[in-house]
Amino acid sequence: MEHKDAKQIDAKGKDYRTLNKEIRESVNDGINYITVKNVLGHRFIADGIKNRTLRISIFGVAGGDLGAFMDGPTIYVRGNAEHAPGNTMSSGTIIVDGDAGDCVGHSMRGGKIFVKGSVGYRVGIHMKQFQERFPTIVIGGSAYSFLGEYMAGGIIVVLGQNCTKPVGSYVGTGIHGGTIYVAGVVDDNDLGVAASKKEFTDEDRDIVSALIDEYNHHFESSISIDELTFTKIQPSSKRPFSNLYTTEG
Amino acid sequence: MNSNFIPTKYDVYVDPQRCRLCERCVENCSYGVFRRDRDRILTFPSNCAVCHRCISFCPADAITISRRVVQYRQHPLWDEEAREDIYNQARTGKVILGGMGNAKYYPNIFDRLVLDACQITSPSIDPLREPMETRVYLGKKPKQLKVSGEGNDVCLKTQLTPNLMLETPIMVAHMSYGAVSLNTQLSFARAVRELGTYMGSGEGGLHKALYPYKDNIIVQVASGRFGVKPSYLNRAAAIEIKAGQGAKPGIGGHLPGEKVNADISKTRMMPEGTDAISPAPHHDIYSIEDLAQLVRALKEATNWEKPVFVKIAAVHNAAAVAAGIARADADAVVVDGFRGGTGAAPKVLRDNVGIPIEAAIASIDEKLRKQGIRNEISIIASGGMRNSSDLTKAIALGADAVYVGTAALVAMGCRVCGKCYTGLCPWGIATQREDLVSRLDPERGALQVQNLLTAWTHELKELMGAAGINSIESLRGNRDRLRGYLLDENILDVLDVKTVGA
Amino acid sequence: MCGIIGMLNKDGKRIDGSLIAEGLSLMDERGNGQGAGYAAYGIYPDFKEYYALHVFLDNLKEAKVDVEQEIERWGYIVYSEEIPTSEKGTIEGEKIPYRYFFKPDPRKLLGREYNEQDAIVEMVMRINAKRSGALVFSSGKNMGIFKASAWPEDVARFYKIKKYKGYMWLGHNRYPTNTPGWWGGAHPFGLLDWSVVHNGEITSYGTNKRYVESFGYNCTMLTDTEVVTYLFDHLIRKHQLPLGLTGNALAPKFWNEIDALDPNVRDVQTALRLTYSAAAMNGPFAIVVANTNGFIALTDRIKLRPLVVGSKDKTVYVSSEEAAIRAMEPSLDRIYNPLAGEPVVHQLEGHAQ
Repeated sequence: MEHKDAKQIDAKGKDYRTLNKEIRESVNDGINYITVKNVLGHRFIADGIKNRTLRISIFGVAGGDLGAFMDGPTIYVRGNAEHAPGNTMSSGTIIVDGDAGDCVGHSMRGGKIFVKGSVGYRVGIHMKQFQERFPTIVIGGSAYSFLGEYMAGGIIVVLGQNCTKPVGSYVGTGIHGGTIYVAGVVDDNDLGVAASKKEFTDEDRDIVSALIDEYNHHFESSISIDELTFTKIQPSSKRPFSNLYTTEG
Repeated sequence: MNSNFIPTKYDVYVDPQRCRLCERCVENCSYGVFRRDRDRILTFPSNCAVCHRCISFCPADAITISRRVVQYRQHPLWDEEAREDIYNQARTGKVILGGMGNAKYYPNIFDRLVLDACQITSPSIDPLREPMETRVYLGKKPKQLKVSGEGNDVCLKTQLTPNLMLETPIMVAHMSYGAVSLNTQLSFARAVRELGTYMGSGEGGLHKALYPYKDNIIVQVASGRFGVKPSYLNRAAAIEIKAGQGAKPGIGGHLPGEKVNADISKTRMMPEGTDAISPAPHHDIYSIEDLAQLVRALKEATNWEKPVFVKIAAVHNAAAVAAGIARADADAVVVDGFRGGTGAAPKVLRDNVGIPIEAAIASIDEKLRKQGIRNEISIIASGGMRNSSDLTKAIALGADAVYVGTAALVAMGCRVCGKCYTGLCPWGIATQREDLVSRLDPERGALQVQNLLTAWTHELKELMGAAGINSIESLRGNRDRLRGYLLDENILDVLDVKTVGA
Repeated sequence: MCGIIGMLNKDGKRIDGSLIAEGLSLMDERGNGQGAGYAAYGIYPDFKEYYALHVFLDNLKEAKVDVEQEIERWGYIVYSEEIPTSEKGTIEGEKIPYRYFFKPDPRKLLGREYNEQDAIVEMVMRINAKRSGALVFSSGKNMGIFKASAWPEDVARFYKIKKYKGYMWLGHNRYPTNTPGWWGGAHPFGLLDWSVVHNGEITSYGTNKRYVESFGYNCTMLTDTEVVTYLFDHLIRKHQLPLGLTGNALAPKFWNEIDALDPNVRDVQTALRLTYSAAAMNGPFAIVVANTNGFIALTDRIKLRPLVVGSKDKTVYVSSEEAAIRAMEPSLDRIYNPLAGEPVVHQLEGHAQ
């Protein structure tokens, strides 16, 4: 190891509790760079860790709830990630150099997630923003249905690389905050209740362009915003269900 | 006039002979029932929520509120409620929303269960003179204790996981900041700390003012994940995943945007004025193994130092669900019966979905025992506990502890008017309007809640003493000390309780 | 109200049953003639390798055939006979006491996870749950229970217990309250080599019963003493808890006592109470529980029932009343009242647990 604050951990043959304990203890000992090798479905890596300087590189398949509740660290996955990376995360960055499963960024309220490939269903569901906390998800490939369901803040960008259809159906169902940008066409029939298309402005272009730059930097790619046409989706109201109820006599 | 007209329910009468025109009623009524018109008080009874605020503040005892009977043609099926709901929905095309718990006249099982007392063959115990233990530990216990050594050198070889210690088996249920006022939560917090028990945070994050009470607070993680961050999870005695609620099983909740003021938005960590939407399920839990994943994610995030509870609504297969929860590393299952309270729920769910808490406790306790995993998990029951006998019976049926929600609110002055969703609660409980919130003094609120729980604990001790039991664990699941009075055979069977006389 | 009594010679010296019967009979006032019984250890030296099954039969026809069929599903009967009795017809509701010396056959237990003792427990539970005219009331090795619905002296005479020689004896004189006086309801209760005599009423019965039932025990005898037997079997034989801690689990120290203990002891007692909360016995009780190695005597934690312990040389006596002990041994070295909830443990020497 070149740095005294770096450490390599071999996950082979370890259960997730042992692995995560080792990671937590390393962090408590002042370790800032952790490389975890042979990860195969180990869950909850970096769960609930609060640390802005910590960087973790994961080689293998990261198990469910990667970086859940996490506040600050940067995680780079050299491989795919399973169910719900960034679940309810507060801040930090998760970079997945592959595909990710369902519920990426579930209830995430800050930080960024970059997925090079495609993601599953219900990605960014119930993402929300608050003051300086602003969650962002950038997906290189496509996203399946229910993208940004109940979304209450933040940004989701779908770049739609190497796929025929960038998003599935029910995009932004119940959305009441935040913005979804999809490179390509989103059929009106694929929009969820409370979601509506808005004009893609120059301001939007600046935002997305900056995120694409970041994406290119992480994955050493060269996607240009000039080659893409974006559909912008936002809530039709901050109160999607305000008109649903009458009261008891 | 319209053809869907619904007659006003109450008459509000101000006796002009008595009225001193002090206008306290005008100031106090947040629903706009009273207005001063020169030398008299005008009333608008159709606004009345029967909250009694005006009556309690009228110095001249001049106000009368009575049921205004408008005769419908009587019909056993098409009663007033059936007809009025139709008028309402024909006019609006909307879902009917109601406050508080189930409002249908289902038979109450607690009222048909009687407790036992000792006569001669074993002595009753006087809790005033003799020790009477109501301490409860909530959480996972080992099935078997392994030790080494003998006498004073005995060493534990089995490691116990963290448990919550309660000096009384009564806790205050989860009511979020947003659904109720900060002063309400502060009242609870002070009361539970005094009593050595716990309160739930509800799904709304934890307001800074509650941080000093963190050791007595169970924080909730619900489907909206409002306010959930590492410090929130660690600033707690235990964590509770809310998967369901007795008043509205199977659906989520909406805190209307108008209730989301600056302070609430900060606590919940969401934008001001936006609806706080808790989806129906947790979208990271679509199956029992996903629940295990969330339980373990929360434990990992808190270094396995906090007990994690899982709350479900009492539904038909609650027992099987509870067994699944027990095997998902959870420390307690909270089961909320169909009489459980709420700030707002669609009436159709509130009144028609779910099962009574009595049956749910009995079947869960039995299922866990049959599977030999009763020690894996504690059972916390809630939903419509009105007094100490309800909770004593709940424990005898198999619960470890109970949550009380509505009763704790009533202790602070709530009149169960059921208009919580208006945000106009004149008692300062279910409101965020500053002038209304300030009506509730947390010192006084705390004292009243503490008084209630103290009284109930004492009554519980009297009931235990009468039954010759001096430790609560010997009451738990002791269904031999219950008898059913006019309960049918099927229910007796589910409850595993004999009939009176047997 | 009931009377309990017990004695153990720690050297294993055997004496006949007339002494214990004399002591127990002195406490006739504590019973009502509806049940009495004795447990004796060391009485079947010639058959000590075999489980001695004492069974009440309703008749010597179907009931006997039935029970023998069941027993033979688990092993083989080495020897069987009617338990010798006198004065037939003098005791109400009479059953036919029968005994089988039995050896479980490992081949018949093939494919089962449990050991021989578990097999005996399951066999006894099955026979008793069937209620087909046979009730196994004693199932240990080199020990036996003798009981009936009658006064202590009548039961002693009926079973001719002065012909048996044991190193440990337990006795019980019953005043039934919750259940009718029937032969099966008389004490001692037994399972394997456990025997239990009990005075009092366990108010936590419903909790304890459901607890042991979740581990496969069947409570079939309508009485709380049965559940005590299973609790001991469960905690000591299955969970390997030391006798003293078992006593603490069943009659827990109060929380304020536990909180004040030294940390190590406190943690053990807290863990014990948490783990075995459903096994804790509440209400008034004094019990003596024996197995081959010795006995433990225990009262509830606020001493709602009496218990006296005495000793002379290598013999220890325990009883509801001092007079009963003095009737057996007039010149005692020591006699005292143990503290509430404090387990009194005495074992054969060289058999310390």
